[in-house]
Amino acid sequence: MKKNILQRLIIIALVTLASLYVVFWPRHRVTAKDFTYQGINDTLRENIRLGLDLRGGSHLVMRVQTEDYLKTLTENTALGVQGAAKDANQTVKEVRPEVSNGEYRIVLVAGDGVNGTELRDNVQRQVDLSNWINSISSNTITWTLPQAAQRLLSDQAVNQAIRIIDSRIDAVGVAEKTLQTHGPQGSHQILLQMPGVDDPERIKKLIQAESRLQLVHVVSPPSPQPVQTYATEQEAIQSVGGTLPPNRLVLPYAERDELTAVEEDNQPSERPRRYVVVERPAVIEGSELRSAEAVSQTGVGDSYQISFALKPGGAQKFGSWTAANINQYMGVVLNDEVKSVAFIKSQITDQGQIDGRFTKESAEDLALTLRSGALPASLVYLEERTVGPSLGADSIRSGVRASIAGLLFVIVFMVIYYRGSGVNAVIALLLNVMITLAGLVFFNATLTLPGIAGLILGLGMAVDSNVLIFERIREELRTGKTVLSAVDQGFDRAFVTIIDTHVTTIVSSLFLFIFGTGPIRGFAVTLVLGLLANLFSAVYVSRTIFIWLLNRKGRRVESLSI
Amino acid sequence: MFEILKDVRIDWLAKRRLFISISVLLLLAGLASAVGRQLLPGGSDAFNLGVDFKGGTVITAKFKQRPTTEVISDTLARAGVRDAVVQYVVNKPDEVLIRLPQQSSGEAGAVAAEQGQIDLVGRDRVGQALATFGEQGGAELVGTDAVGPVAGRALRNQAIAVTLLALVGVLLYIASRFEWTYGAAAVITVFHDVLVTLGFFSVFQWEVDLTVVAALLTLVGFSVNDTIVTFDRIRENLRLHRRDSLYNITNEAINQTLSRTVITGGLVLLSVLAMVLFGGRVLRGFSLALLIGIIVGTYSTIAIASPIMVWWQQRLQRSGTPGAPTTERQMRPGRGSVKRRATAQREPQSASRP
Repeated sequence: MKKNILQRLIIIALVTLASLYVVFWPRHRVTAKDFTYQGINDTLRENIRLGLDLRGGSHLVMRVQTEDYLKTLTENTALGVQGAAKDANQTVKEVRPEVSNGEYRIVLVAGDGVNGTELRDNVQRQVDLSNWINSISSNTITWTLPQAAQRLLSDQAVNQAIRIIDSRIDAVGVAEKTLQTHGPQGSHQILLQMPGVDDPERIKKLIQAESRLQLVHVVSPPSPQPVQTYATEQEAIQSVGGTLPPNRLVLPYAERDELTAVEEDNQPSERPRRYVVVERPAVIEGSELRSAEAVSQTGVGDSYQISFALKPGGAQKFGSWTAANINQYMGVVLNDEVKSVAFIKSQITDQGQIDGRFTKESAEDLALTLRSGALPASLVYLEERTVGPSLGADSIRSGVRASIAGLLFVIVFMVIYYRGSGVNAVIALLLNVMITLAGLVFFNATLTLPGIAGLILGLGMAVDSNVLIFERIREELRTGKTVLSAVDQGFDRAFVTIIDTHVTTIVSSLFLFIFGTGPIRGFAVTLVLGLLANLFSAVYVSRTIFIWLLNRKGRRVESLSI
Repeated sequence: MFEILKDVRIDWLAKRRLFISISVLLLLAGLASAVGRQLLPGGSDAFNLGVDFKGGTVITAKFKQRPTTEVISDTLARAGVRDAVVQYVVNKPDEVLIRLPQQSSGEAGAVAAEQGQIDLVGRDRVGQALATFGEQGGAELVGTDAVGPVAGRALRNQAIAVTLLALVGVLLYIASRFEWTYGAAAVITVFHDVLVTLGFFSVFQWEVDLTVVAALLTLVGFSVNDTIVTFDRIRENLRLHRRDSLYNITNEAINQTLSRTVITGGLVLLSVLAMVLFGGRVLRGFSLALLIGIIVGTYSTIAIASPIMVWWQQRLQRSGTPGAPTTERQMRPGRGSVKRRATAQREPQSASRP
């Protein structure tokens, strides 16, 4: 028995010390200041990761409008199909994208006497239609995007959006942000949490900043004739016969030497705007950019331009296109505005630049958003919560104050009601709090307000365990057993009950943890930790103290203070 | 020994009709309130759902010198904020809560509602309105919760679905440790507790927000815990007194665990009272729900769980082997239970030690 006690005491001491170390020991190099009240306070704050509701910060839930993404995809693919059919020298009456009620289709109506299968094969050789299912009836070919492919593409769009948001926020530097998918499968939601940011407007603006770069073919007689521009939009539309065919687009052309700032899009520029007609789809899309850099324009003082390079795939495409279009005009389009137009002197592979006199800041912001790429679809905000630091601090204060007051009530009662054994329970309770907190720190879990609720339930069950044991010991004593056997029986019998109550609650908490999010999860984590700690503190530690009390040398135990 | 309850012998099960009537009345009151409010023209919703579940915006503003709610309301109305509800924060002399419904109306509002978008028009207008209080008033937005209708629905559905799943887990575990009737009785009791508590929230129109959900989860934990303690004792007694009827054994088990039930319930209640008193407004919904939940949960173990279990078991026995006393055969002890046999026969006349 003696040896057993020693072993138990050593285990308890080790666990206690480890918990104290994990919770209170600073992660940085220790200085004398860390032992002041303020120092300990700071260390606690550093060690225990607080949730946004306690710490202050912003919590944003957004949804990627994947329907828009699929719609654009369908339209662009339809254009590709049209081009491919034309290249195959087949008469095509019509190619149209059809989007309705979650169905995405491309319908190609071929001329009479065209071999549908052959045309389909020709088109599919040029355009990647691997995600689409085709069907041919007489002279109509239909490509449908099946549900599975829709899901896959939507998920890809969400992931791409996350990557883009990530790189944009990183550039600003938000410490310890959380950025992840949110909600059930197929809800296309993204969760962004930024501790310490209590005005998320700036970040939101940066996230949604549109920077879409395209390199396009400008419809114009080839060089050496000057590029064809029009004074008004109407004039430009007239030039293609009054109505715009689906493969043409009229874009404003902001001439050189205009000071361009990213956010000044709405302001009327002083120079007259001209318009150009460009081909759709673009030769190169922004997604094929490899890098974009703001570079100082030599000799023009405080003026910047952006040089960019293309990824290998894009460079290849660009190379063969430029080779085939020597002396044609090419436009650099940024956010649906032509920034510069130049004719192609010779084949270009992967380098290019956006002219225009940018300021240093606007050039850098633009380069950043170009590098991170365009969002695949627009975002809609579903939830926005901001907690100012003072409100968070209030919540901690009230949570801690309520917990301590509750704990004090319990301690006073236990000591009055169970006397000596009550002290035993108090030790077990305090150790329980300590181990639970250590578990939180150790697993780097976040403590939230619902988490405090879980902590309180854990404490409640810890008290309950002690009460169960003590009441049982009292019962056994009443039947006239010796103290030793009463304590033994009390613990053994109560243990069955304690295991049942704890396992039940742990099982249900596991469900909450696996299937719940955010607040529900926070609750489950602290509760499970509290219960595990309790199995140790209320059963093992408490029993050890009893054994020790009853086995002290040279004493026959006649009575127990309970 | 200082004891609250000594050698209690109450025939709890005899009072089951009374208990169940009380519970049914409470449940009916809650149901009447919920259904009535929903159906009556001009009535409010069944529950006073907070922004977490309904969508909308709540703004917490801090003033250096807090004006009256009327003054704030007027200022907001002048700034074009519709239907704002201004409320003082309990225990906080300088804070005000401003609740806003969706602000943009017409086509923009319809589109936003369809996409589940949050509406920040209201917040911006409130910000402008509060700025008019100037340096002296010193108004400042310290927190905003803007939840779109879609996100609110999702949060609510998730809370319900996850809780039900967790209860299935509880049912399975108790069924494996005891018998499935015990598990079913425990789960029915949990439903009872949650519904009665929600009934109070409907009758008094207290706000239901995320913290209330946390409280309901806590209550589920306590309720199951309480029920298991009693069931455990019943199981143990069944092994000790094989000849006795389940009815008597259950009564005995309730009486034996009564002091524990009262002490634990009372202590937890005290802690929750501490929360009501010191918890401030963030914990208010939580502590209110818990306050009721603990009382209901403690009561229901005796009043609901045990009678249901006994009734069910007896029914099963009658249809199985009529007239047979409850024996080990019907009431198998759970797997993995203690092997130790009782060392002393329990004496009916328990004597406390001097």
